[in-house]
Amino acid sequence: MHETSPIHDPLVIGGVELHSRLFIGTGKYGDDALIPAVCESSASQVITVAMRRVDRGGSGVIGHIPPHMRLLPNTSGARNAQEAVRLARLARAAGCGNWIKIEVISDTRWLLPDGYETAKATEILAAEGFTVLPYINADLYVARACRDAGAAAIMPLGAPIGTNRGLKTKEMLGILIEDSELPVVVDAGIGRPSQACEAMEMGAAACLVNTGIASSADPVAMGRAFRQAVEAGRSAFLAGHGAVQSGHAVASSPLTGFLR
Amino acid sequence: MQITVNGEKEDIAEGLTLLELIEARGLAPNTVVAELNFDIVPAQAFADVRLNPGDSLELLHFVGGG
Repeated sequence: MHETSPIHDPLVIGGVELHSRLFIGTGKYGDDALIPAVCESSASQVITVAMRRVDRGGSGVIGHIPPHMRLLPNTSGARNAQEAVRLARLARAAGCGNWIKIEVISDTRWLLPDGYETAKATEILAAEGFTVLPYINADLYVARACRDAGAAAIMPLGAPIGTNRGLKTKEMLGILIEDSELPVVVDAGIGRPSQACEAMEMGAAACLVNTGIASSADPVAMGRAFRQAVEAGRSAFLAGHGAVQSGHAVASSPLTGFLR
Repeated sequence: MQITVNGEKEDIAEGLTLLELIEARGLAPNTVVAELNFDIVPAQAFADVRLNPGDSLELLHFVGGG
């Protein structure tokens, strides 16, 4: 028996080689002090943060993020492209790199992203040298508009934000994965490791999971479970699954030479 | 003199620098991003920027988010 050597299978976004295909968030933790342990158990290298006005004496989340993590600030709170661009520039001024997750939402009930404003913000920020990862509906034309605007990856939603409902947009995600030359990072809605695994089996480049980890009973253990699921899904995608047979069963063992 | 900080009007001492204001609020300057009258102030300029009456200042930082 010999060990199979690990496959060199990095994900490259904006010229950066990533060895983890699981992005995590920093929202909704009961205790932000758990974040370093989740970074370790999930083996993630990319972590999202939001920008907000600071209260007197406020300390923010940055002190809980290990220095090896690549920050992916989001533009949450932006209701149009202009506000997203303003937030992105402020995030870059914090000196934590030039990656930005464009998130433009004006509907507070459904929290679905505005594709038109997102593509506009993507174009402006890509031209300013940002590595832009737009959060979008699983929509072919929005995905292409973001690609044409200079996005480094696209991040379609699996289900509405924070719902843990899984890959409700599965058919559309499949179309984006097939159509897009850019990495497809499934963002929002993934609540269980099996759902992240399924997205990876389909050929997603990565998954972004915040609520699914942070709202679990044991975020450190759940971070590990998501790492394993994403790795399994990726390995399965690379292996290429066997054909699905319709109709009758097909025996796996020979149908001759039986002991009688 | 009066300025606006994060949408709230405040009275501050004349001639206060941005760095002094940030530190007086109990904030670590290296964790804060400042926008003064819609222009971003680079962190290395905090000590050089004096606040003027009527200024509108936004102080932001990173918080948990997805």
